[in-house]
Amino acid sequence: MNSIDNQTWARPILRSLAAAPGIEPVLQVRNLEVTYYTDAGRAKALDDVSFTLNAGEKLGMVGESGSGKSTLALAMMRMIKQPGRIEGGEVWVGNTELMSLDDEAMRKARLSRIAYIPQGAMNSLNPVTRIGAQLVDAVKSHLHGESRSAIEDRCAQALRSVDLDPSVSRMYAHELSGGMKQRVCIAIGILLSPQVIIADEPTSALDVVTQRQVMETIDRVKEQINAAVILIGHDMGLMAQFVDKVAVMYAGRLVEVSTVRQMFTEPKHPYARALISSLPNLDNKGVFQGIPGLAPSLLRLPGGCAFHPRCAHAMEVCSTNRPAVLTLKGGRVVTCHLFDAEAANVQSA
Amino acid sequence: MASIANTAGAAWMPAEVRQPGRLALLLRYLRRNKGLAIGLTILLLLVLFTIVGLLLGDPKHAYPLSAPTKRPPSWQYPLGTDFFGRNLLSAMAVGMWQTAVIGLLAGGIGTVIGVVLGFLSAYFGGWIDTSIRSICQILTPIPVLLIQVVVAGSLDKRDVTIYTMALIVVMLAWMGPTLVIRSQVLTMKERQFVSVAKLSGVSDLGIIFKEILPCLLPFIAAAFVGQVFAAVFASFYLAVLGLGPLREPLLGNIIWSAQTQGAFFNGWWWWPIEPAVAMILILGSLALIIMGLDELANPRVRRSE
Amino acid sequence: MSTTLKLIVRRLLFLILVIWSASTITFFVPRFSSRNAIRERFAELARTGGFSPDDLDKIIAAMQAQFGLDKPLLQQYGDYLWSVVHLDFGYSLNKYPATVLDLISQALPWTIGLLIVTTILSFIIGNLLGAIAAWPKAPQWMRFVATPFVLLTGVPPVLMGVLLLFFIGFRLKLLPLGGAYSIGVIPNWSWGFALDMGVHQILPGLALILGSVGGWVLSMRGMGVTIQGEDYVNFAEHKGLSGFRIFRDYYLRNALLPQVTGFALALGTVVTSAIVVEGIFGLPGVGTVLQNAIKSNDFPVIYGIVLFITIVIATLMVLLEFVYPLLDPRIRKQ
Repeated sequence: MNSIDNQTWARPILRSLAAAPGIEPVLQVRNLEVTYYTDAGRAKALDDVSFTLNAGEKLGMVGESGSGKSTLALAMMRMIKQPGRIEGGEVWVGNTELMSLDDEAMRKARLSRIAYIPQGAMNSLNPVTRIGAQLVDAVKSHLHGESRSAIEDRCAQALRSVDLDPSVSRMYAHELSGGMKQRVCIAIGILLSPQVIIADEPTSALDVVTQRQVMETIDRVKEQINAAVILIGHDMGLMAQFVDKVAVMYAGRLVEVSTVRQMFTEPKHPYARALISSLPNLDNKGVFQGIPGLAPSLLRLPGGCAFHPRCAHAMEVCSTNRPAVLTLKGGRVVTCHLFDAEAANVQSA
Repeated sequence: MASIANTAGAAWMPAEVRQPGRLALLLRYLRRNKGLAIGLTILLLLVLFTIVGLLLGDPKHAYPLSAPTKRPPSWQYPLGTDFFGRNLLSAMAVGMWQTAVIGLLAGGIGTVIGVVLGFLSAYFGGWIDTSIRSICQILTPIPVLLIQVVVAGSLDKRDVTIYTMALIVVMLAWMGPTLVIRSQVLTMKERQFVSVAKLSGVSDLGIIFKEILPCLLPFIAAAFVGQVFAAVFASFYLAVLGLGPLREPLLGNIIWSAQTQGAFFNGWWWWPIEPAVAMILILGSLALIIMGLDELANPRVRRSE
Repeated sequence: MSTTLKLIVRRLLFLILVIWSASTITFFVPRFSSRNAIRERFAELARTGGFSPDDLDKIIAAMQAQFGLDKPLLQQYGDYLWSVVHLDFGYSLNKYPATVLDLISQALPWTIGLLIVTTILSFIIGNLLGAIAAWPKAPQWMRFVATPFVLLTGVPPVLMGVLLLFFIGFRLKLLPLGGAYSIGVIPNWSWGFALDMGVHQILPGLALILGSVGGWVLSMRGMGVTIQGEDYVNFAEHKGLSGFRIFRDYYLRNALLPQVTGFALALGTVVTSAIVVEGIFGLPGVGTVLQNAIKSNDFPVIYGIVLFITIVIATLMVLLEFVYPLLDPRIRKQ
C-alpha cells in the first residue's frame, strides 16, 4: 500500500468552506422531486426526498430495483434526461445549491464538488483514448492554467491512491481488468477532491475479492479527502461492513434513515424490518422469508402510504393519508404512521 | 453475501396500468419522430397522385403519339407533353406505378433473400456462416451499378421489361441486408431469452418464429425500405443511361429521352424537370423513412413527451 | 510477426477473390447474352458503309478469330484471366487499334482529381452533419440542417448536375457550361490553366458532393444515435466535461470508426455517379469514355472499365484495412 503525501495533494482546491470533519453538514438534500412523463402516464420516481450528510460520513442507500436509488444519484448530479424532469427540491453541497445553478456552473460543479462513480465501469471508459487522457481531460475541463506537469502529477497521485501504477495511464480500457477499470473510475472521481462522492453499485459486476479491494479503496480515498460518500447498492452485507448510516428507499420515497447498527438491530419502518428479517442468518439456516406482494408500479401508486398493501401493521389511516417524514430521537428518520406519536413527543420534548 | 429478497406472494397485486390505445401511441410517436412522419406523408401523397393519375387519365396516353407534342403545362395538359407526344401527366402516373412495382418487387426479393441467408448464416454457424459471410464480403466491393450496366447492356433490347429490370436490380443488392440481419440474429442468439426458450424445450422452429423474428422486425423493416430505395435508385440510374425498357414511361427513361433530344437547350424545361422532381420526392421520402426507422430500432433514443 | 503475415495473406487473398469474381461475372454475362458485339458492330458499319453481306460474314469470322472468340469457352476464360492479371483489357471495338487501357489512361487524370476531392469533402461534411443531427445538445437549427441534405440523397448527382448546369451555367452564366477547360486554351502547367480547370470542376464537383453527402449523413446519424447511448459518453458528462469535448473525443471519435470502413465502398458509388456527371459536363474523363462505349456498344471498353474500377476499389479497401488498426486501439495486435 503506497503512502501518499497527503499535505500537497489532498488539500481541497475548490472548497469554499474549510469543513472540519463531522461538524458542518456537507450535503443537504431537501424535498427532491423527480417525475417521468411516459406514454403510459406519469411516474413519480422521487417523492419528497430529504437527508443530510456530514463530511467523512458514509451513507448506504438500499432499495429494490425501481425504488429510486439511481434516480436520486442522477438527480443530485442534475443528469436526469427526458422524459424525466426534476420538479422541485434543493441539493446543497457546502454553500452551493445545485438546482439553482445555470448549466455551465453545474457542469463545473460536477466532479469538482460532487462526483459520481458509475455502475458497471466496464463500459464507462472511452475505448479509443488512453486512460491517462481521460484523467487529464477531466482536470483540464475544470482547472484552467495548471501546468502540464502539475496535471500529470495530480493524475499519477490519483492512480496511486487507488492502488494502480501510474503506468496505467498509457494503456487503453480494453487492456484492463474489471476491477482495474472500476478503480480508474474511482480515481477519476477523486481527482478534484470533491466534497461528495456517489458510488453507484461499484461492486456489482465484480468477484468477492475485488469487491473488497474496491470497497477498501473507496474507504481510503474518503479518508484522504474527507468526502461524504453515498454508496448505492442492494448488498446488505456489504453495507453492514462499510457504511455509517443506512437509508432505505421504497417506491420513490425515503422510508427510513438510521445508523447501520440501529438498522440491523432494531429497524423501525415495517419495510425495513421485513428486509432485515428476510436476511438469512446463521441461526435459522434454510428458512427464507420474503416480503409478500410486489413493489408497486410507479405509474399507479396506492393511495396513502405506498407500502400499506404489503404491510403487516397497516392501519386505517395508512390507506388514506400519506405518512409524513418524521424525525425521531437521535436524528433517525422514518416515514410511517406508526411513529406519528413518537415523533410528536420528540418534537415537543 | 446477503441481498434483499423479494419473493412473490399472492397477498397483493398492483392494479393494471391502463395503456393508451395503439393508435394514440402511434400518433404520439410520429409527432416526435418528425423525419418518419414527413417521409411517410410525402410517400402517401405520391401514392395518391399515382392512383388518381391512373384512374382519371388514360394510361394509353403515357405512350408516344397520343397527344400534341411539346406543349408546356396548361389546363388541358396539366404537366405538358413531350417531344414524342406523351401526355406527361399519364406518363408520370404510369411511370411512378412502374417504379413502385420495380421497387417493391426487387425490394421484397432482396429483403427475403437477406433475411433467409442472414438467418441461416447466424443461426447455424459453422461452414454455412463462413461461406455466406465470405461471399457477401467478396461481392461487396464490386461496384453494383456498373455490373448492372454490364448486364443491362448485354440484354437484347426487346428483353428488357420492368420485371427484368427488377431482377437485374436485385442481383447484387442482397448482401447488405444479409449481413445486417446476420449480425442482429447473432446478438440475439447469445442473449438469455433464447437460451431460456431452448431450455424450456421450445423447438428450433418455435424459437425462430416466436422469439427471434419479433425482435428482428424493425431491422427487417429498415432493410426492406433500404432495398426499395436501392432498387428505385438503380433502376433510375440504368434508365437514365438508356438501358431501361425504352417504351415504358419510367421516370428515368423520360429524362434520358429528354436529354437525348436536348430538352433544356430547346426550352422544354418541364420535360426533364417533372420526372426529376418526382424522383427526388420518391427517394427523399424513402430516405427520411429510413432515418426515422433508425431511431425506432434503437430504443435508447426513443423519447416520450 | 506471423500473425501480421497471416493477415496480409488473408487480405491479398480477399483482393484476388474480389477481382476474380468481378472478372468472371464480366466474362460470362455478355457471353450468355444473345447479342453478338462484333456482328452488331459490323452490321452497323455495313449499313452505313455499304458493303455486301457475304463479305460481312467473312469479316466477322476474321474479327472473331482476332479477338479469340472462336476458341473453346474455357480456354477463352483462361486467356481472359491471364490478361486481366496483366491489366490487358483488350482492344476497343470502336476506336481500334486503341486498347482499352489506352483509353482509360488518357481519361483517368481528369477523373481522379475530381473524384478524390469530392469523396473526401462529402465524407467530412456528411459525417459532421450526421453527427450533429444525432447529438441532442446541438442547437435545434443545426440539427434540422441535416434533413434537407438527406432529401438530397434522393437527387442522384445526375439530376443535380443537370439542374446546376441549367440554372447556374445557362441561366445565370456564373460558371462554365462544360468541358475541362475553356475552349481554345491549350493545356499547360501554368497556374492560369490550373485555375481555369478548377473553375470548370466546380459545378460537377458540387453535383457529386451534394448527391453523396446525404448517404454519409444518414449512416453517421444512425451510428451517432447508437454511440450517444453508450456508458462512456454518459460518464464523460458526469465528469463535467464541456459539451464540445464530449462531442469530439467521446462521441465523434467512436462514431467515425465504422464510417471509415465505408469510405472505400463509397468511392465505388461516387465513381458510378461520376460517370454520368462527366457525360453531362463534357469532361473527358473515364465516365465519358464509358458513356460513349455504351452508346456505341463498344463492349470491350465497357467491361474493361468496369473491371478496372473494381480492381481499384478493391485495392483501396484492402489498403484501408491496414489503416483501421491505427485508428482503433482495440484491434491492434499485441
